[in-house]
Amino acid sequence: MSPSPVPALAIRGLTKTFDRPAVDGLDLTVEAGRFYALLGPNGAGKTTTLRMVAGLIRPDAGSIRVGGVDALADPVAAKRLVAWVSDEPMVYDKLTPLEYLEFVAGLWSMPAPVAEAEAHELIRRLGLEREANRRCEGLSKGMRQKVALAGALVHDPRLIILDEPLTGLDAAAARIVKDVLLERVRAGTSVIMTTHILEVAERMAERIGVIARGRLIAEGTLEELRCQAGTGGSSLEDVFLQLVGDGRLAA
Amino acid sequence: MTRSSLLWFARHEFRLSWRDAAAILFGGSLRRRLIGGTILVLLFGFFHLLAYSVLNPALRDGIGPDPRILTLVTGSALLSWCLLLSQGIESVTRAFYARGDIDLILSSPMPAQHLFAVRIAGIAAGASLIAIVLAMPVLDVLVVLDGPRWLLSYLALASLGALAAAVAVAITAAMFRLFGAARTRFIAQVVAAIIGAAFAITVQAAAILSFDDPSRLALLGSEWLVARAPPPDSLVWIPARALLGDGTSLALLLAGSLALLTLTTAIVAPRFATYAAAAAGVAAQSPSGPAAHARFRSRTPARVLREKEWVLLRRDPWLISQTLMQILYLLPAALLLWRSFGDGPNAPAVLVPVLVMASGQLAGGLAWLAVSGEDAPDLVHTAPVSPGQIVRAKIEAVLGAVGIAAAPFIIVIAALSPAIALVAAGGIALAAAAATAIQLWFRSQARRSQFRRRQTSSRIATFAEAFSSILWACAAALAAQGLWALALISGAVCGLALMGVRALSPRPAT
Repeated sequence: MSPSPVPALAIRGLTKTFDRPAVDGLDLTVEAGRFYALLGPNGAGKTTTLRMVAGLIRPDAGSIRVGGVDALADPVAAKRLVAWVSDEPMVYDKLTPLEYLEFVAGLWSMPAPVAEAEAHELIRRLGLEREANRRCEGLSKGMRQKVALAGALVHDPRLIILDEPLTGLDAAAARIVKDVLLERVRAGTSVIMTTHILEVAERMAERIGVIARGRLIAEGTLEELRCQAGTGGSSLEDVFLQLVGDGRLAA
Repeated sequence: MTRSSLLWFARHEFRLSWRDAAAILFGGSLRRRLIGGTILVLLFGFFHLLAYSVLNPALRDGIGPDPRILTLVTGSALLSWCLLLSQGIESVTRAFYARGDIDLILSSPMPAQHLFAVRIAGIAAGASLIAIVLAMPVLDVLVVLDGPRWLLSYLALASLGALAAAVAVAITAAMFRLFGAARTRFIAQVVAAIIGAAFAITVQAAAILSFDDPSRLALLGSEWLVARAPPPDSLVWIPARALLGDGTSLALLLAGSLALLTLTTAIVAPRFATYAAAAAGVAAQSPSGPAAHARFRSRTPARVLREKEWVLLRRDPWLISQTLMQILYLLPAALLLWRSFGDGPNAPAVLVPVLVMASGQLAGGLAWLAVSGEDAPDLVHTAPVSPGQIVRAKIEAVLGAVGIAAAPFIIVIAALSPAIALVAAGGIALAAAAATAIQLWFRSQARRSQFRRRQTSSRIATFAEAFSSILWACAAALAAQGLWALALISGAVCGLALMGVRALSPRPAT
């Protein structure tokens, strides 16, 4: 599928300061139908950036456009296009996975028959059939993470934002989640993901952005990043360490 | 394990407890700490003055171990001890289920039973400290007015704290054996709440029904009870005699309490690891409740949010019990009003203030759950729904639940007096709206399971909620009696107080 001319996400001059600048004039573009990995050391500003895109924090300055919609001027319209999954699965203990999906579908005002079909398909695809009607309080963290991911996908978002989505998942579950995400990307959805598992970024992402001290310090395909870091032929880990200033640790 | 490492662990436990208590009492910014500290000092001073004003005349006749004093002291001590026991059961349950450092302790090379013995001793010390702090104004005044023999009472209180901790540990461990790890947490919390409330409410209700007096002292100091009390040389009076400064009784109480605490610790500490591991297993694999089948319906986001709140509440018996327990404390007041004014033509009006007060309290609890206790805040706030719509839906969920709870009472009152029912409904709506507004102003994200701690998370919000409920109850009571001018004044005072509280509330984070 050829990318749409309207970027899935366009960030310009994004700034947010808490005690110190967390995001400092960040510019970032994610084309539609792309898998984008956002990397950076702890405290670099990745999560703050993504929380601003998801509408959870209001930036001090800058602009955010989601699928061409100004997310600061019309947040409700922008939120229709976005799904957010954090590293800590937030689901309701007293609801079952299917009830949770029905709740999410209701929040996104989906027609009931479409939501029901999509929810059952996601439950099947993510291997949650046995747990579908059990309350979430009895589920392991990995299962809860899958329920949260199903919630993000059920309303068919145009942009999926994932903050460390593979935390707590076993190898099999992680594989299922990665496959589901790649299927969505092939269908034209954009995914932007932060991860500390560089191997995942290396294998899945078409473009990688490296953020440090609230600024985008490098961006491109893995090959382009190697060139920028001057570490031709090396792994993403070496490239990353070189870029964020821990070059002495690179092989 | 050496003695020094035991002491080191005890110091570690003390530091954690102190920081926890300090965060509750003095947490927040410097300004808040100063305000909190000043209020605490003023309250302490006020209670000393109150104790002085009550005890000074009473001491003219001297306080000795006569039957009336023994009954009064025993009853009061039993009341306080029930609260200590309730607190102790909660502490022990928390120690079993809070996984904070259990894994670290169990995986360390230290003998776990010794560490848990220290933890049980910590619970006993905490219970003793609570007893001492609560009784301090009375005992300080007695020491000043009647001599240093009253200093021994502090030891008696510490013994009662140790006794409460020993019994709490034994009860909780027995519950673990009887009901298993999965059910014990819920049962223990309900048992603790019932023990804490039931005795106080029963004594107060009995005093009202028998003596038309809301004071528990009316029953505890009554001739009726004194006449039926055991003889003066009975062992029942040992705690009271110890509290009155009798050396032999104090020695017996102290020895008995410490022996029981040592015995319980010796039995339970080695099993503590097993209980904690079982509790951890429950946390990792908690029962999932009965299966439920989702029905996909096309609904507005607001309706989806409202119904979600109601389903979550309906499916959580612990939260329902905690919410209803707050209302239970209002029963004595309802009884007193009914006994005092329940015979006239305006009889239904006496229920109005109690209903209004209860509704305010209920709304405060539910609003906390809906607003601060939202377990998936990111999901709700990333949904394509405006913040205003989210807040409105949550307010509707709270007021709807309060309305459903109050409706049967309003219907009964309406059958007797439609005008009074209208006043009651108005008062309930205002009290519930005010309590909900306070919770919105002071919202701070928390887990629903932290419901019990909501009252310590913002002291201003807690006081404001109670104050507003009382004032609306006053206004409604006055209006129900036809005293509209006074009712308006009470309402206006409440409105002004709410504006002040709004000004004190923190700015919402962006």
